[in-house]
Amino acid sequence: MLEVIAFSLLNGLLYGMLLFMLSSGLTLIFGMMGVLNFAHASFYMLGAYFAYTMGLYTGFWVALFLAPVLVALLGAMVERYGLRRVHQHGHVPELLFTFGLAYVIEELVRLFWGNIPMNYRMPEALNFPLFTLFGTSYPAFRVFMLVVAVVMFVGLYLLLKKTRAGLIIQGSLSRPDIVSALGHNVPQAFMWVFAFGTGLAALGGVIGGIHFVTEPGMAFMMGPIVFVVVVLGGLGSIQGALIASILIGVLQTFALSVDWSLAALGAYFGYAVPPDHFFATLWYMDSTRLAPILPYILLVLMLIFRPRGLMGKRET
Amino acid sequence: MNTTQERVAAGPNASAAVWAQRLWPWVLGAGVVVVMPVIFTSSYAITLMSHMGVMIVFALSYNMLLGNTGLLSFGHAVYFGLGAYTAMHVLRYIQATGFGLPIELIPLVGALAGLFFGIIFGSVSTRRAGVVFAMISLGIGEMVHASAHIFTGFFGGEAGLFGNRTVPSSLFGVDYGPGIAVYYLVMVWTLLAAVAMYLLRQTPLGWMANAVRDNPERAQFVGYSPQMVRFFQFALAATFAGLAGGLYVLVDEIVTDETVGMIQSGTVLLSAYIGGIGSFFGPVLGAILVVFLEGELSDITDAWLLYFGLLFVLVVMFAPQGIFGVLTQQFFAWRAGSWRGSLGPRLYGVASLVVAAIGVVAVIEMAYHYFRHWNPAEPMALFIFEVTVTGPMPWAVALTVAVAGLAAYVGHARPMLRRAMGGGGR
Amino acid sequence: MSARTALALKGVTKNFGRAEIIRGVDLEIRENERHVVIGPNGAGKSTLFHLISGRLQASSGSIQLFGREIDGLPPHRINRMGLSRSFQVTNLFQNMTVMENLRCALLWSQGHKYAFWKRVTSQQGVTQRAEELLERLHLSEKRDVPASLLSYAEQRALEIGATIASGAQVLLLDEPTAGMSRTEADDMVELIREITTDCTLVLVEHDLGVVFNLADRISVLVYGEIIASDTPEAVRANAAVQEAYLGTEAH
Repeated sequence: MLEVIAFSLLNGLLYGMLLFMLSSGLTLIFGMMGVLNFAHASFYMLGAYFAYTMGLYTGFWVALFLAPVLVALLGAMVERYGLRRVHQHGHVPELLFTFGLAYVIEELVRLFWGNIPMNYRMPEALNFPLFTLFGTSYPAFRVFMLVVAVVMFVGLYLLLKKTRAGLIIQGSLSRPDIVSALGHNVPQAFMWVFAFGTGLAALGGVIGGIHFVTEPGMAFMMGPIVFVVVVLGGLGSIQGALIASILIGVLQTFALSVDWSLAALGAYFGYAVPPDHFFATLWYMDSTRLAPILPYILLVLMLIFRPRGLMGKRET
Repeated sequence: MNTTQERVAAGPNASAAVWAQRLWPWVLGAGVVVVMPVIFTSSYAITLMSHMGVMIVFALSYNMLLGNTGLLSFGHAVYFGLGAYTAMHVLRYIQATGFGLPIELIPLVGALAGLFFGIIFGSVSTRRAGVVFAMISLGIGEMVHASAHIFTGFFGGEAGLFGNRTVPSSLFGVDYGPGIAVYYLVMVWTLLAAVAMYLLRQTPLGWMANAVRDNPERAQFVGYSPQMVRFFQFALAATFAGLAGGLYVLVDEIVTDETVGMIQSGTVLLSAYIGGIGSFFGPVLGAILVVFLEGELSDITDAWLLYFGLLFVLVVMFAPQGIFGVLTQQFFAWRAGSWRGSLGPRLYGVASLVVAAIGVVAVIEMAYHYFRHWNPAEPMALFIFEVTVTGPMPWAVALTVAVAGLAAYVGHARPMLRRAMGGGGR
Repeated sequence: MSARTALALKGVTKNFGRAEIIRGVDLEIRENERHVVIGPNGAGKSTLFHLISGRLQASSGSIQLFGREIDGLPPHRINRMGLSRSFQVTNLFQNMTVMENLRCALLWSQGHKYAFWKRVTSQQGVTQRAEELLERLHLSEKRDVPASLLSYAEQRALEIGATIASGAQVLLLDEPTAGMSRTEADDMVELIREITTDCTLVLVEHDLGVVFNLADRISVLVYGEIIASDTPEAVRANAAVQEAYLGTEAH
């Protein structure tokens, strides 16, 4: 039991940090620009594919840095020539634009790389068990993922708390109207924030593409979960995004690794659910099957009881 | 005077002319519905047109949210799909027990299911408009879609659910085995639903939906709760989406979890928006176009989803009023005489864009052949030519055509058009 | 003047974070009086209106409309209880025509609520009232012009029209003459006089000409507190007011 808990916590944390890589960029973009970037997970996917293809020529370590930069530049172009044009029509067209963009990116990925998963593997240097826990070895690559995520979080934190640009970004997260009053070049700032956010997503993709599978459906699989994280954490709150990411990561991992059901819970408290009970399917549903639906239940509950999210300061 | 005309139109003794003006699109629509299967007789075409009817109802219901109330939903398929599943369960129940519900009324079962779920989910999601509403709708959509894999009893698991439309009795003694009979049934419902949704726009609720979309604060200060207005609109839209789901069951006789999924939600959004959400008939045009493209384009090219996405992005960027909006704009401009003196540049502009589009299409098609064909060196048919995409020539030509067309438009035709229009205005 | 109290504020305060904008306002407005709130910029006049109309919630204190507590109610509920307001910045349904704006403003009070089984244009009651209002607002010729295409003064007039349309007994008008020329402002005052004959009127106003021309009573709001509330003559003579307000701003 202890073994299961320890591994679930570790893996949940890992998954949560991966979610955070995506959601932090999305939160930044949303907080500053008010744009809910539907194509955010698509940039995550591009990160994985770029890193895979680049890795074939340059090796993993160069790609780890180059792929996010490349995706960030792509993001800057998208903002400059697409979003900015739509911006004048309001937030809903912006959302629609990124929605269409997600479609286009997925189809382009299918075009260039095909429908089948890529053989995107971890670098040999990280392909060894780092330590052994309860007799099971833990791969070094996972620890590396954790390290990258933590470094990213610390970097982001320092950027936001200690630099001038960070202060402006922070200010605009809570009061978007103020930044333009400060006389900063807002359109250009928007472009770089968008680029930065998509770059973070791509970094997540470089790693997530190895951890999960690099295939054209990965964006649409990840996208909605990232939205849930951002809403749960509170729109525009980086800390909230971190907490929500880990919460969902751990929760889902636990649901997958612990074989429980409501009926088992009932039995634990001395209530035996009759198998012909009207809601028997619900009672005897094992937690592994509930795992994919958990984040959305959380989302709906959150929106009913605390619409601003865990750490959100404003309701949009 | 406008005043008197409106008074007359509103009264019971509306003059024949006013009625004619009001009714002609509907009469025309009904005429087209009757004539189409006479022209296109293949069972494939009949099914395609039945799907168009389903999509028209679905897209119109979607526009009750997006166009009329300003609510951007990413989960409208929930009500379509749940309506379809409920209708399917009733159909199977009839099969199993001989229950006497006539087939013509099965779509109403879908509508009731849509209403039911619309009330449930609408009550939690309409508190806010804008981006928050969009996200809640996405969350609910994902939740229901994920549930489809959990509650396999209701959703039928991977395979979905089958039914047989010939089993229930008919009110009019019609045999619904042949597709053509179902086509007419679908079309009758489509027309009824379209008229109902058209009339809904003119009711106090319809007006206040527009008011809440444009200025929720002012709406509050004339006594209306924006949340309630949104909720009522949402529930009604869900009802019509459920009706569309019920119709879908009659056409296809199978329901899978795709009907509640993201792709279906995306398709209806695309249909409504590409057609144009600013006018009532925009989504109708969009639905017809999207179903047609889905059916036809997917046979011709592998790249059809890409074209689809590109078309949508282009509409969002350059023609937010949608295709129907552009057409009506041009029509009114033509009638007001502002085409005079600018006809040449207009044709030139359109021509240059068409050339650019041909170039882009050629590049995309060749790219698909190059990357996706098992043997890229094999010659491919492109328009009327046969090209070998492993050589540089076809690429150079296609790119040149695309760039030349675009450059001609941006650098020459558009400034010319602006001058001509500016000159016409003075 | 009737003795009934239309609107009563008792110890109303409002903080934004640590900033106290309204610091304990007591105000009684009698039925059918024209009451003008004046005060220097930043005194909290608009905030006070937002509190009364339900756009904001008071931090403490009570607000009563004809003896019924309204603080904490959403704006549409307060509106249905007979209080209507206009905005400092024109706040209309910009895409709708003048007539449509008026109809929208009338629908609720004419009892149509969220009806989806009848056509708006078939409701004779609404149409008649809207036509009458058009006449009284002198906007008959602009009947089918979208609100966004009206001149500024016309938009302001329509704003007033939309405010009074529901037949509310208490009207809050937030700077109805803001940004107008002298003659436009005079016309507006005349219009307000004409169309608000039997209701209670609360105005925020900067233009002192308008204030003394229109007011039955005046309240002076300075830094979130009412320092005087009396007839125009008495307020003019009040030393504290002269010092705090007239003395500094009216020059």
